[in-house]
Amino acid sequence: MIVAKQKPIEEIIEGVRDYEKILIAGCNECVTVCEAGGKKEVGILASALRMYFMNQGKNMKIDEVTLERQCDHEYLEELRKIIDRYDVVISLACGAGVQFMAEKYFRTRVLPGVDTCFMGVTEERGVWSERCQGCGKCILGETAGICPISRCAKRILNGPCGGSTKGKCEIDKELDCAWQLIIDRLNELGRLDDYEKIIPIKDWSTERAGGPRRVVREDLRL
Amino acid sequence: MNTNTPSKLEKILAAGHLAVTSECGPPRGSDGEFVTKKAKMIKDHVDAINVTDNQTSVTRLCSLAACIHLKLMGVEPVLQMVTRDRNRIALQSDILGAASFDIYNILCLSGDHQIFGDNPHGQNVFDLDSINLVQTVRFMRDEAKFLGGEDIQRPPKMFVGAAANPFADPFEIRVRRLAKKIAAGAEFIQTQCVYNVEKFESWMKMARDRGLHEKTYILAGVTPLKSAGMARYMKNRVPGMDVPDGIVKRMSGVPKEKQPEEGIKICVETIQRLREVEGVRGFHIMAIEWEEKVPEIVERSGLYPRPEVV
Ligand code: SF4
Ligand code: SF4
Repeated sequence: MIVAKQKPIEEIIEGVRDYEKILIAGCNECVTVCEAGGKKEVGILASALRMYFMNQGKNMKIDEVTLERQCDHEYLEELRKIIDRYDVVISLACGAGVQFMAEKYFRTRVLPGVDTCFMGVTEERGVWSERCQGCGKCILGETAGICPISRCAKRILNGPCGGSTKGKCEIDKELDCAWQLIIDRLNELGRLDDYEKIIPIKDWSTERAGGPRRVVREDLRL
Repeated sequence: MNTNTPSKLEKILAAGHLAVTSECGPPRGSDGEFVTKKAKMIKDHVDAINVTDNQTSVTRLCSLAACIHLKLMGVEPVLQMVTRDRNRIALQSDILGAASFDIYNILCLSGDHQIFGDNPHGQNVFDLDSINLVQTVRFMRDEAKFLGGEDIQRPPKMFVGAAANPFADPFEIRVRRLAKKIAAGAEFIQTQCVYNVEKFESWMKMARDRGLHEKTYILAGVTPLKSAGMARYMKNRVPGMDVPDGIVKRMSGVPKEKQPEEGIKICVETIQRLREVEGVRGFHIMAIEWEEKVPEIVERSGLYPRPEVV
């Protein structure tokens, strides 16, 4: 999933202070799972803002909505009838959702309510961690199913670097060294000889370096 | 004598001499004399001098310019190059720049993470890793081509090295990693500083068992300890460093003013013991901010005078 975390309330307040009619829009997908921008968080943020502005003696209209997804036209369309009632929308979706909303409702100010962080997993309740940077050409098959691009601090394809210590990364004693994980798993799979295969210089053109990316499936197009 | 480049370091190694290299960290400013002064202190006692590339991610005068200063004073430089700060365009371009000054040695590294340096909020590049960089230089030299496939006019003639850390984790791949660097094209290896001689010897034995000592020249790294405090710091704080308790005890067992001498003694003893180890082809003496001691270490280790090669 895409993992996000809530923005500090002060930042959100600063962004909406000059408006009167606010819509807070959550998303029922990733940000719900990582508890940053689902229905529950929409409700909490709405209450916090109401309370804040009430204490300030300011009358604000603050409404709540949570869409199935904000990265699909279909669900975003649900707002078409009501969007003009608001001065500003705080979207608690990931950066993709916020942008799609802004693209669709061109004349309405849309503000991000979360900081979108990475693609990752729920390690345990309340802990999420990164697993993929969407490099566009997956090499997990060569690295024992552990991604050195997203999980090695230097995205080293032929690791580990000299800083790997007791299984941890040189930048943080709490962070697993991706290459230690790769080696442990190769060992477990009885494939340690694979370690000696050099991973060639990577073609980064399918990654961010190649510019904004698109996937087009002609067979699916209408 | 079989050599691939005009490198003096390569010639000395190929002739069967024990090579001696040292290193010099460029200044945090633009004073080129800082480099030449350090080099003058040690140049008659070493075969080549490595110049570090923004070590520990702290911004300094660039390694290439410092190497040019050395070259112009007649000293053989080893250009250290990390992949942290430059993409493949910049790396290839700097390699050509170095080659245009007939810099004949390069040490390929990935580099410390920028979080340790003076710009922790900066971006890192890591377009290539150290093994990919070894491949790149070898490709540019041996195929006379850019990575993009076009021909290089006057290709770089560089003796290509890589680092190895016999002490880093995980231990089970230490020798495999060396093999990988050799397979990528590393012709010489400079190791992490050796304090744990037994562990180094067992690493060398494993390397010999695979015949790796015959496929590359291994230079053992040594760093003289200045004080017991430094020994403890290296032991506890520097990732991938193995300083046995015995060494720390020995350093702290002598009065403070005698500790520098004890550190030199340990360093000389280490060299004397390691020169007997089959497959050790030389020494890389990293006297951190203590360059003036390099001549003494070299002399007391019986590595002086340095051989002449043509
Ligand atoms: S190799 Fe690329 S696509 Fe595969 S997990 Fe890593 S970043 Fe994602
Ligand atoms: S310690 Fe491991 S994870 Fe960290 S940068 Fe080095 S190889 Fe990558």
